[in-house]
Amino acid sequence: MSTHPTTPAQTVGPYLHIGLPWPDGPFAVAEGTPGAVWLRGTVHDGAGAIVTDALVETWQADPEGRFDHPDDPRGARSLPGFRGFGRCPTDASGSYGILTLKPGPVPGPTGDQAPHVDISVFARGMLHRVVTRLYFPEEEAANAADPVLGSIADPAARATLVARREEDGYRLDIRLQGENETVFFDI
Amino acid sequence: MSTDSGLHVPGYVRDHDTHPPLDYPGYKSTALRHPKRPLTLLPHMLTEITSPVLGQDRLGAHDHDLTRQHDDEPQGQRIIVHGQVRDSDGRPVPHTLVEIWQANAAGRYLHTSDNWPAPLDPNFTGVGRVITDAGGRYRFVTVRPGAYPWKNHRNAWRPAHIHFSLFGRAFTQRLVTQMYFPDDPLFFQDPMWQSVPDEKARERMLARFDHDTTEPEWALAYRWDIVLRGHEQTPFESEEEVLEDDE
Ligand SMILES: [Fe+2]
Repeated sequence: MSTHPTTPAQTVGPYLHIGLPWPDGPFAVAEGTPGAVWLRGTVHDGAGAIVTDALVETWQADPEGRFDHPDDPRGARSLPGFRGFGRCPTDASGSYGILTLKPGPVPGPTGDQAPHVDISVFARGMLHRVVTRLYFPEEEAANAADPVLGSIADPAARATLVARREEDGYRLDIRLQGENETVFFDI
Repeated sequence: MSTDSGLHVPGYVRDHDTHPPLDYPGYKSTALRHPKRPLTLLPHMLTEITSPVLGQDRLGAHDHDLTRQHDDEPQGQRIIVHGQVRDSDGRPVPHTLVEIWQANAAGRYLHTSDNWPAPLDPNFTGVGRVITDAGGRYRFVTVRPGAYPWKNHRNAWRPAHIHFSLFGRAFTQRLVTQMYFPDDPLFFQDPMWQSVPDEKARERMLARFDHDTTEPEWALAYRWDIVLRGHEQTPFESEEEVLEDDE
């Protein structure tokens, strides 16, 4: 099979708000859905300043760990009202918020992965997206057995991927650079 | 496939050679916005090989034609921009969302942060969306965007470009990029263009003038094909292919 070289990434630039935000972007489920939680956080740069022109996207399994996608070997399964995907530009306080359902554990090559949400961050000053994951603080046993968290040797680095519980959901701040820099993945 | 030891799924090629580095001093805003810790390898598992299935319900009536979103037509040179989305195995990527945004013909964005002294166009918003067809093809009608100044360095100008956002069929395939026009005289001083290390890779961001698609007395045309990451080759797959070739 021949291999065709891929198209390079470029930055979203400062004007991403023209093209990318959707009115329903932050709502992976509709408001009022039973069990819905907010995933919130603030994006910071290497000087600790808030990043007010980023776009955060989330992708995740449903509460039973299933995906509505043909490449899932267990079969595609759609959960009505649940998109699995969220998209939110950061606001004047550098914050994003996605309303969703907590995912279930997802099978991996060596057993289950802990419930997680894949996150992409795009912004001016970033020539390519960065990718991280959000894990849930109450899943201590599952997190301890998770192959991705387990591949991060430094406990402080690992902790940058575990959200904090809040009244109506979870908080994961994202630090692009410097002290407590978020773990980003080679995807 | 499910086995006793867990669930294995085919991964996607890692195409680092193609992309610009996150730390690129020529583009000043990267200074505080790139991670300094090395990236951690993420094996491709179910979350990475899937992505949202987005359909026609995401599209408005005139999302494919940026010249028909207002009462009158925008100023500028009308162009057709079209092409095919494929993966690096050469397979078309059908039914995937393509989003674009761009400056107007004068190089001005309809955005509160864009205040340079070029006119806005009341008939141009600069946003488009389509879903690729069964053969991975897309087509927009728009106007050719103008170049615009920015403050990265003295007398910095961005070459004319259209911003593109693609989902593909997997989280790994997500791509945000820019399409450029052939023979732009501004590439020599543009850090975005130059941030792509390989010159051949830069050329893959370049549309080509497509005379066959122009429409007489109506529009010029450009073709831009986009290649997303394909599947990683496994020894098992290559073996299978050899067998197929024998038949
Ligand atoms: Fe731009």
